[in-house]
Amino acid sequence: MTLADACAAVMFVAIAVYALLAGADFGAGFWDLVAGGAERGRAPRALIEESIAPVWEANHVWLIFVLVTLWTAFPTAFAPIMSTLYIPLTLAAIGIILRGSAFAFRKASETLPLRRLFGVTFAFSSVLTPFMLGAVVGGIASGRVPAGEQTGDVLGSWLNLTSVLGGVMAVVVCAFLAAVYLTADAERRDRPEMVRAFRRRAIGSALVAGVVALAGVAVLNHDAPDLFHGLTHRGAPLIVLAAGAGVATLVLLGRSEYALARLSAALAVVAVLFGWAAGQYPYMLEPGLRISDAAGAHATLVAILVVLGAGAVVLVPALVWLFVLMQRGTLAGEG
Amino acid sequence: MHGVLAVDQPDLFYARQQMAFSLGAHIILACVGMSVPFLVVLAEWKGQRTGDLVYATLARRWAKAMGVLFAVGAVSGTILSFEFGILWPRWMGRFGDVMGLPFAIEGFAFFLEAIFIGIYLYGWDRLPPRVHLWAGVPIGIAGVASAFFVVAANGWMNDPTGFTIDPSGNVARVSPWGAMFNSALWPEAIHMILAAFIVGGCLVAMPYGWAMLRGRRTRYERVGLLLPLTVAMIAAPLQLLAGDWAARHVARHQPAKLAAMEGLYETTKGAPYHLGGIYVDNEVKGGVPIPDLLSILAFHDPNAVVTGLAAVPPGDRPPVNVVRTAFQLMVAIGTAMLGLGLWMLLAWRKRRTIPRSRWFPRVVVVAGPASVVALECGWITTEVGRQPWIVWQVMRVRDAVTDAPNIRFGYYLLLAVYAVMAVFTMIVLRRLMRVPLPDELGERA
Ligand code: HDD
Ligand code: HEM
Ligand code: HEM
Repeated sequence: MTLADACAAVMFVAIAVYALLAGADFGAGFWDLVAGGAERGRAPRALIEESIAPVWEANHVWLIFVLVTLWTAFPTAFAPIMSTLYIPLTLAAIGIILRGSAFAFRKASETLPLRRLFGVTFAFSSVLTPFMLGAVVGGIASGRVPAGEQTGDVLGSWLNLTSVLGGVMAVVVCAFLAAVYLTADAERRDRPEMVRAFRRRAIGSALVAGVVALAGVAVLNHDAPDLFHGLTHRGAPLIVLAAGAGVATLVLLGRSEYALARLSAALAVVAVLFGWAAGQYPYMLEPGLRISDAAGAHATLVAILVVLGAGAVVLVPALVWLFVLMQRGTLAGEG
Repeated sequence: MHGVLAVDQPDLFYARQQMAFSLGAHIILACVGMSVPFLVVLAEWKGQRTGDLVYATLARRWAKAMGVLFAVGAVSGTILSFEFGILWPRWMGRFGDVMGLPFAIEGFAFFLEAIFIGIYLYGWDRLPPRVHLWAGVPIGIAGVASAFFVVAANGWMNDPTGFTIDPSGNVARVSPWGAMFNSALWPEAIHMILAAFIVGGCLVAMPYGWAMLRGRRTRYERVGLLLPLTVAMIAAPLQLLAGDWAARHVARHQPAKLAAMEGLYETTKGAPYHLGGIYVDNEVKGGVPIPDLLSILAFHDPNAVVTGLAAVPPGDRPPVNVVRTAFQLMVAIGTAMLGLGLWMLLAWRKRRTIPRSRWFPRVVVVAGPASVVALECGWITTEVGRQPWIVWQVMRVRDAVTDAPNIRFGYYLLLAVYAVMAVFTMIVLRRLMRVPLPDELGERA
């Protein structure tokens, strides 16, 4: 494994963690959106707010981490991705702004009209952002971002079938993860009614994800043959693993094993992402840019890996403390 | 393939505006994120040590506002990371691996900040008091660290080191550590961090000055005003020294910027400094000249030679009046802050309290926005003074911009979103301020 591969691997791990943690926060926003009127939606919205309030900012930082690693380690991939896909990226960024601030504003507001306005903004942008990020992934994975200094097709790169599939898949997967996590959270907090409600949603969204994935087979075969080839060859074991973990999640949910369901749900998502990575390897941007071509200076790659190692020493204990406090229910103060 | 091609970008102006605007918004929140955690922890600590409800109440109320502002600050920073690539892909593509390292380190500071702010805000009354207090400390430290690292990147734009350009025009011999520890880093970072304490302190003190003007002068308002303002006023004289350091650095490394800050056309020995006035036809009109002062400021020597704008090709000169006015405003406000600090010091030595004058709360109310103006002016000096370069004497802004079409619409959209966000931030902060105080603190409604 070269240094460039190592940096790409680290970046991909960060993408996966972002998907698992922040993805669930976005998914929670989706369930907030469809939770119903003020009366009926009170209990699920309260659960959602309690579950994500102390952690969403830390979860969000994984995205920043991905961006800075991409531009430092792979500057010649960062530049065309950002310029060609600037429209969905701008929309995703605006979704991020609206989601974060509306959520914080809602927490700090008492009156119903304001809470409603912020709530709707929060929920709507929680759908917009993953959709746009999924579309970006679709554009990259289907080889629509040309390497080099010339910007590619700023519309076709994300208004295409693979991008739509990526966007829809992202929203559905976020909703699925959130529902599974929230089921487990509701059980820990001893709210049986919410356990039932979110379990239903988890099973429903898992089935939808399965249907979208099957449709995806047809879409990719038609629209992104290289990606399809990668997923069905080098990436195949991981894709099979993902499907298996998805089915296992359904079974575990049926048997009320929520902690395990959480793990297998996460495994399913990680396996899909790594299936994509494996399928695309060794390319950063198909068809022209290999990971090794996109990599920055050797000294920089070394420096990044050193910084990552040193940073992890500080970061991991802090993260562990946060999640332990969260699981123990300590972080339920007024905020 | 790395040769720099000229870009045809009719929306260059909008790209620059968008960058300036989103940075200008972010920096206010970033200053709050650096300094307010320290103020909150200080108040909580006093409250725990003395059992004084005033301090405990202040800590909680400030923390609530900090939570909201932190969220807005974090998302406003995220936009910037996107914009680096969306607006300036050629800059990032060419130099990302040279100047990116500080951002990667900064990422860890962001993590710590976000983790501990979650623990601190939501662990109140749940964690043991001591643990809670200590959980607040890393927030501010990480905030200051992130400023240090991001300013390292900005310092590199002003003093690009850590690479060479080989004969075929490619970037070579990259040393990311050499780039990070450029010579502009220390003066800029220290000046920036001090600014954060001035801005945070003045902004937090402002509402209590306002309350005093409306006749509420209990101990709660006095403490709420005095604690943050004292922090700001300790930073103010240091800021003058750091500013002087920054100016001397600019004089040596970016003479064109210094010349624009004064409006000096001809290279001059014993150059004067003009207070006020405007730069027309290669000279400052209507200002009050102070002989030799520019030479003294820039080189600590009344006879030093200061390079003028004439030494730079016309196309490479920054817009003088923007830079000059911004610089003058910053220095004027910085000097006025020093006066405010002295006033407080005298009153404190005489009577152990804040100045009694009716004018004092008025000045405090003005100091909040004034500190923000100084902050923005400082950045305008730095950034506009660097023009037309995005990387000083290495890459021009027009060669760095994206060639994607219609980027102005992104700018319009962002303006609209930020306007709405600013309004709601104000509404939410006002509501937080109006939450009634605990009964024990007096009979106010
Ligand atoms: C509260 C805010 C504040 C105050 C009171 C001052 N400054 Fe400042 N100044 C800033 C906030 C600031 C800043 C944080 O906005 C800048 C922008 C870049 C930087 O490093 O700090 C800055 C930049 C900046 C620069 C440009 C540095 C560069 O381009 O690299 C100079 C020469 C000064 N300042 C000098 C001064 C002097 C002589 C002051 C005297 C009172 C002063 N500043 C007060
Ligand atoms: C946060 C405080 C900052 C403020 C208020 C600020 C302000 C500005 C302004 C006014 C401009 C427009 C200049 C012009 O086009 O005439 C600008 C440009 C820019 N700034 Fe800053 N800046 C800040 C910090 C930074 C930092 C820390 C970086 C990088 C690490 C940075 C990177 C840039 C870039 C890339 C541009 C666009 C290119 C250019 O116009 O030179 N800025 N900024
Ligand atoms: C001198 C200028 C800057 C200073 C002093 C500064 C400082 C800070 C601070 C203290 C925070 C903490 C969050 C908060 O307080 O709300 C923050 C957040 C952030 N900043 Fe800046 N920043 C500057 C410019 C930039 C630039 C140029 C970028 C990107 C290119 C950037 C990217 C970010 C990001 C991504 C966050 C969010 C981190 C999170 O999610 O917690 N900042 N910044």
